[in-house]
Amino acid sequence: MPIFANPAYDTAHLLDTFVLVLSFALLYQRRLFAMITLYAWQAFFLAAAAAWQAYAQDAPHLYITAAIALVFKAIVIPLALHRIIIYLDIHRSIETALGIGPTMAVGVGLVALSILLVLPVTAASGALTRESLAAALSVVLLGLLMMITRRNAVSQVVGFMSLENGLILAAVGVKGMPLVVELSVAFSVMVAFIIFGVFFFHIRERFDTLDVHDMEQFRGEGR
Amino acid sequence: MRSALLELLQLALPVGLAPLLSGLVRKLKARLNGRIGPGLLQPYRDLSRLLRKEVVLAPNASWLFRTSPYLIFAAIWLAAAIVPTFATGLLLSRTADLIALVALLGTARFALALAGMDVGTGFGGIGASREMMIASLAEPAMLMVTFTVALVVRSTSLQHIAEYLLTHDVGIRISLLLGVLSLLIVAIAENARIPVDNPATHLELTMVHEAMVLEYSGRHLALIEGAAMVKLLLYVSLVAAIFFPWGLATDIDDARALAVGLGSYVLKLALAGVALAFLETSIAKMRVFRLAELLGGALLLGLLAAIFLYVSQEL
Repeated sequence: MPIFANPAYDTAHLLDTFVLVLSFALLYQRRLFAMITLYAWQAFFLAAAAAWQAYAQDAPHLYITAAIALVFKAIVIPLALHRIIIYLDIHRSIETALGIGPTMAVGVGLVALSILLVLPVTAASGALTRESLAAALSVVLLGLLMMITRRNAVSQVVGFMSLENGLILAAVGVKGMPLVVELSVAFSVMVAFIIFGVFFFHIRERFDTLDVHDMEQFRGEGR
Repeated sequence: MRSALLELLQLALPVGLAPLLSGLVRKLKARLNGRIGPGLLQPYRDLSRLLRKEVVLAPNASWLFRTSPYLIFAAIWLAAAIVPTFATGLLLSRTADLIALVALLGTARFALALAGMDVGTGFGGIGASREMMIASLAEPAMLMVTFTVALVVRSTSLQHIAEYLLTHDVGIRISLLLGVLSLLIVAIAENARIPVDNPATHLELTMVHEAMVLEYSGRHLALIEGAAMVKLLLYVSLVAAIFFPWGLATDIDDARALAVGLGSYVLKLALAGVALAFLETSIAKMRVFRLAELLGGALLLGLLAAIFLYVSQEL
């Protein structure tokens, strides 16, 4: 098959694309459980991308990154979020601060921005590095966008986690990223997740809701 | 002589196989719902029954209402003949490109919407207005995918695209993957399949395609139903020709290649039918006002495909 002439490049590309498309799917999704499932899939493809890079670059430490992504992000965190949602009995449709359509349009703008940013910086490196860096930066920016446009605290956390997926995607795409950095990122995310979990309970205890809009009103900032 | 015969086969194939594809999707959907369902050949029987039946016209139906079915069927049939099914290099596919294909489909849709409003019933009008809303969202996405593919191949001719992708190493570009996702969403919307419209309902407030053709009967209805089936097959062939061109015969003098082309085409159709049946049974229909988000998503995916093309081509 002439179409698969360069499998290392093509497979990495394919996995990057899946992660990016799932970022858009996260922006598009309105239901809490479906969003968490999408997040789990994104983490799964991230793990696959890391494992593929470990194989293609012959860098065994990336297998550890892949394993961390698979176990924690694709299985443990989604299950924990599921349990939190059921336990707290959260309203399961998401209110958005901006409509879905405009959000997606802003998302495409962010992808264009990240490409414009990555192109001049990486002029010397190969197309693979450039494309995966562009995709990874887009995932980071889309995660930020999701945190901005969602009113529900759980979906903001999912946005944060997906942002972190983008960071890992950037890290595995570039040769020579030390394992220590990745491990520290992974652990800081775990810590952040635990803190978020504690916050969920406190916010809920005090305000009876996880809609951050109500908190703004309480502080006298809201409309 | 040989090329003329093959062209005739290319013309006959969409019309001959389209009811079978629809029958396959209906049968599989019925099985997945736990029903036995009608046989695979039921659409052929339906069409021949409708062709024999007398046409009942509303008293205020104009010439537009009577001529539209022929126009729609002709436009869709011609569009289906342009798309390479089993071989490239046939006579008719040289005459038109992807943009002409979009224009032909647009013409058919225009005629259908006008005919839907012609008799003046409420359902026809609401169906036509919804169809136009869907079209105005789906067409830009379709054109965006067209441009992306045209930029990769540097041609808008469908047979060039198929041949180029078959013989050159383009890799699994991010752009092509985003493009195929976008085109699949467009195909589902254009064919009035489940998240957008339910093809199996009559007399429901949310229907789109069925609402427009509610006043049709007899051979007119047969032509419109036939055109809808051919359109489904057309979109499957289009996705297959652009993104999965494997097995397509590039040399029309090679009998073996032609046989492989035909076999792989039938296989692709069957796979598409199975996938569509699974998709339609696993998701629910969307609210009409959320369609803008779905099709806007398709447009944005197409746009992303074009943007990423820019990254990978600046080598």
